[in-house]
Amino acid sequence: MKLWTKTVLAMLPALMLLGCGTSGEVEDETDSGVSSSSSTGDLDSSATTSGVGSGDMASGEGMGEQETGFSGDPLDDPSSLLAKRVVYFDFDQTEIKSDFRAIIQAHAEYLANNNSVMVTLEGHADERGTREYNIALGERRANAVQRLLALQGASASQIRVISYGEERPAALGHDEDSLALNRRVEFIYSR
Amino acid sequence: MYKIKLFTNTVSGFYLLLLAGTAQAVLNIEITQGVEGAVPLAVVPFAWQVPPQNPQTPAELLPPKKPPVDIAAIVRADLARTGRFDPLPPKDMLARPSVDSTINFSNWRIFQSENLVVGTLQYLGADRYKIRFRLFDVFKEKQLEGFSFSVSGDNLRRAAHQVSDIIYEKLTGERGAFTTSVAYVTAAGVGKARRYSLWIADADGYGPQSMMRSREPILSPAWSPDGTRIAYASLEDNGHQAVFVQNIASGHRDKVSAHKGINGAPSWSPDGKSLAVTLSKDGNPEIYVIDLTGKKQRRLTRHWAIDTEPTWTPDGKTIIFTSDRGGRPQLYQVPSKGGKARRLTFEGKYNAKASVSQDGKKVAMIHRAGGKYRVAVMDLKSGNLRVLTDGSLDESPSFAPNGGMIIYATSAGRRGILKAVSVDGNIHQRLTVPEGDVREPAWSPFPQ
Repeated sequence: MKLWTKTVLAMLPALMLLGCGTSGEVEDETDSGVSSSSSTGDLDSSATTSGVGSGDMASGEGMGEQETGFSGDPLDDPSSLLAKRVVYFDFDQTEIKSDFRAIIQAHAEYLANNNSVMVTLEGHADERGTREYNIALGERRANAVQRLLALQGASASQIRVISYGEERPAALGHDEDSLALNRRVEFIYSR
Repeated sequence: MYKIKLFTNTVSGFYLLLLAGTAQAVLNIEITQGVEGAVPLAVVPFAWQVPPQNPQTPAELLPPKKPPVDIAAIVRADLARTGRFDPLPPKDMLARPSVDSTINFSNWRIFQSENLVVGTLQYLGADRYKIRFRLFDVFKEKQLEGFSFSVSGDNLRRAAHQVSDIIYEKLTGERGAFTTSVAYVTAAGVGKARRYSLWIADADGYGPQSMMRSREPILSPAWSPDGTRIAYASLEDNGHQAVFVQNIASGHRDKVSAHKGINGAPSWSPDGKSLAVTLSKDGNPEIYVIDLTGKKQRRLTRHWAIDTEPTWTPDGKTIIFTSDRGGRPQLYQVPSKGGKARRLTFEGKYNAKASVSQDGKKVAMIHRAGGKYRVAVMDLKSGNLRVLTDGSLDESPSFAPNGGMIIYATSAGRRGILKAVSVDGNIHQRLTVPEGDVREPAWSPFPQ
């Protein structure tokens, strides 16, 4: 029991990070969904994503476990690693941190097993530095995730990379925690 | 006797912003730091003269009851905004001489006014006006300039800025930039209601005209060298990017680049025939030159690193761009015909987004020092770099065409605002809009 509490506490910052990130994403996706007629699929996926945000607490216990007792598309399983759809980066860095490799691997396996599923990788940067450079930085981050997905079996044709640079922050604050939430790549699924 | 030069006011398409869009987002400009010992001067309200009227004159041909534009007020504001002049408030003036009056210089010496401007605005009929003014040295009791020109009612504000240009150049030896314009992007509203708009306003913030409005971010507006077109990047169609060139007078726009990946950071060649852009269609961001007549592309850089934010030097021979090929973003220079890139900046770990002065001697950039992103200017010959601002999130520096000021974006609290700084770092202005964020400023070239 004591050990369990410790584990959850240790995970809390990460969980909060993911929770915040995904709730920002919902707003963004709805916004761009409205502006484009071709994005009904994205609207659906944003609805899924919001489910993920509320499922974070449940996923705390189940992290690392397989989808026990869940039937249906594993993408909809809140306790699956697939429920984690944001990869965070260090300042001015595009290397994927080890904490996120298991998540990316889970997505790669899912894409490899579901050839018809498409994912858009949205790269983002924090507000520091110039806007066009940050667009390039966001794209490089999304490309880094794409490469890892492809290495692990996803097909290049399933993945689309876009970058918003610093234009669509997930968190609006200017503090270090907010900036950390904004340096990210988001998985936006369309099925 | 004073001489009156004839000065014809050119009315080019540049000023005829026949655009849809309401006048919102007026930029309010205030001086936050001026030079110590700004020169006191007096600009007397211009005398209003109308021709004698005949009782049979039809109502539509009657002159306006009062001057449609307060020329002297515009000139005072222009000169005050530079931070180098301290105009006497009209309420303190002991006399209000016009261009035809005899000047009693002692009325101005007691306020220490070094210079005096007097003028007349005369209605000629049929929406034509004549402006005459004289500039005096109060202590030498000597006229320095005398001008006369006529304009239509629509161009009175513009004519007032021309008066400021003439006075400024006479008194400082530098060309004024009061008749220029500024393009900028506003972002207002949250979530679904967020809207981005591209605006063009006079350099004093007056008369903003909306060029386009979008749900998606608008980036990097860039003026064509003749001031008739504006290029910008837009993140449209659900994340797809495109570069557009829009005709300012007609509002018509062409999509000049919409490849897979990044299409951004447009910069005009000095001859107006090409655009340098950033494209990532071949895997990572590289600099390309697009020939606007044939829309042909030429790849200029070839490197696995990020290459972006190209800007042409005024001689057209080179392009300065941002690259992290050395591990960190720095400025590099490459021949515009192609060739080897040479690193320009060595001070600090972050130097990006160059803007080159019209004389080709100085480069403004965003420079990181102590975790703060600030505007710095580097002398290209000596390589000396000087930080001009004390912000922490400065972006997008853009030189005024006379090289005197640099306009840039920064943040104040949670809002994006614009500021301007003189190239010597002594004068600071703050430019705000009533609501939302303002960013991505681009100073126009001189009108042609």
